[in-house]
Amino acid sequence: MKSQEKLVEGVLLLLALSAIASLALITIFIFLEGFPLILHTGLQKFILSSHWAPTRGHFGILAMIISSILVTLGAMVLGVPFGLACAIILAEFSPPRLTRILKPTLELLAGIPSVVYGFLGVIWLVPLIRTYLGGPGLSLLTGAIILGIMVLPTVISISIDALTAVPDMYRQGSIALGATHWQTVQRVVLPAARSGIITAIILGMGRAIGETMAVIMVAGNALQIPRSLLDPVRTLTSNIALELGYAAGRHREALFATGIVLFVMIMILNLTATFLARRR
Amino acid sequence: MVAVENSKIIIQQLTFFYRDFRALDGLSLEICPHEIFGFMGPAKSGKTTLLRVLNRMSDLIAGARVEGKVWLDGEDILQPDYDVVNLRRRMGLVLSVPVPLPRTIFENLALAPRLFGKRKRGELEELVEQSLVAAQLWDEVKDRLHESALKLSGGQQQRLCLARTLAMQPEVILLDEPTSGLDPISTAKIEQTLSDLKKDYTIILVSNNTQQIARVTERVAFLLMGELVELGNTAQVFTVPQDKRTEDYISGRFG
Repeated sequence: MKSQEKLVEGVLLLLALSAIASLALITIFIFLEGFPLILHTGLQKFILSSHWAPTRGHFGILAMIISSILVTLGAMVLGVPFGLACAIILAEFSPPRLTRILKPTLELLAGIPSVVYGFLGVIWLVPLIRTYLGGPGLSLLTGAIILGIMVLPTVISISIDALTAVPDMYRQGSIALGATHWQTVQRVVLPAARSGIITAIILGMGRAIGETMAVIMVAGNALQIPRSLLDPVRTLTSNIALELGYAAGRHREALFATGIVLFVMIMILNLTATFLARRR
Repeated sequence: MVAVENSKIIIQQLTFFYRDFRALDGLSLEICPHEIFGFMGPAKSGKTTLLRVLNRMSDLIAGARVEGKVWLDGEDILQPDYDVVNLRRRMGLVLSVPVPLPRTIFENLALAPRLFGKRKRGELEELVEQSLVAAQLWDEVKDRLHESALKLSGGQQQRLCLARTLAMQPEVILLDEPTSGLDPISTAKIEQTLSDLKKDYTIILVSNNTQQIARVTERVAFLLMGELVELGNTAQVFTVPQDKRTEDYISGRFG
């Protein structure tokens, strides 16, 4: 009995450690592959130049960094208000039975493969934008809209959890003070759930920055700093996915270095989220 | 119509159901302005339910049903379309578990007045100070009004919740076990506060601490399983109870 206990414990520990080890290995690998290029080109030249001509030895990724940030911010501007409104309705106003059905349904949205979102974008959104707003249709705006939809499940689901975690006594106290239902939500529940909601937004942002396939399909992938919402853009992730197939030598290293930049950005976002979630 | 000259609140044949459970059973009584009226009784006797019906917080309970009438200054407050927000402002309820909102002390007190349209900083500050003084908390917190209310001790939180209700400037204060879980010093402070507040408010105190009821209230009702067993002047009820069950309860034989 005792030895069996030990065996199970040992196996579980081994599995847990191998998961952590693979994470560590990925990190080490990306840094090993990418770091030489950053040393060779210089960090400043790498992230502050927008001249990307890998065959001629120019590795500046500024345009892609800007595009990534803009697409992500656009996605948040669209996704957060909708997601938050949806979470507030579901957590505070709709009948609990409806919430129990709708929340898992919304979470299913997260399970749709991103290529399907991209496909819908190409078939439906790109022509709409081309016809009514102009430009090629494949654009920063299109990418932001598709990503805005894709972050909804993350934002909604985590926000609902944050709102339902607010003790009911707060609501009762507020109502006993003569607040209406909405005033209670606005002045008591939302401030109390603030850190959780910020976490939801940041994790949504992480999802948007890292998304690749849907963005490649709808954002146009032109290497430039966009001047308008309707310009096509290439994000950091798109660039890696598009070029890795034929990259070699320094070029390949440059793509890994791009990975390092992404890695650091997402790390910062996640750490911020963890920090905010812990601060109560 | 009902005679209102002498009564602040009139309760007639009030019955309350949580689904099938009858929490209040045909309660009738009147409460005078500027008195401290006590409800005592063991757990599940319907005391808390009664307070929740009085400010219509009972509306929030799924599956609840009320029968009977309650008048406040001659207005039937159980009408479905009655303005409950205004009612809750007039009947300030202090919950049994003190729950300061996770904001600063000042914000806890300023919340209700703000909701009713009082926005000027000066007015708010004055009201906050008055309320804290009345709840005997001012001296302890005046230097840290802008710190989180969650840092206060249990007794201070209880008085903060009372002050918060006072800041709403209600007409009636409903207190649900205001000193449960408090040390004797904090308890004495709150009881002192209640006596001081009597001149400005009508106070309804719910407690299963019979000594407290005896010390603080002028009239008392004894509830048992949602039924009104005895009603009378506190001194009288405690010295010559009319009902055997009242006698058993106050002498500590059950409850």
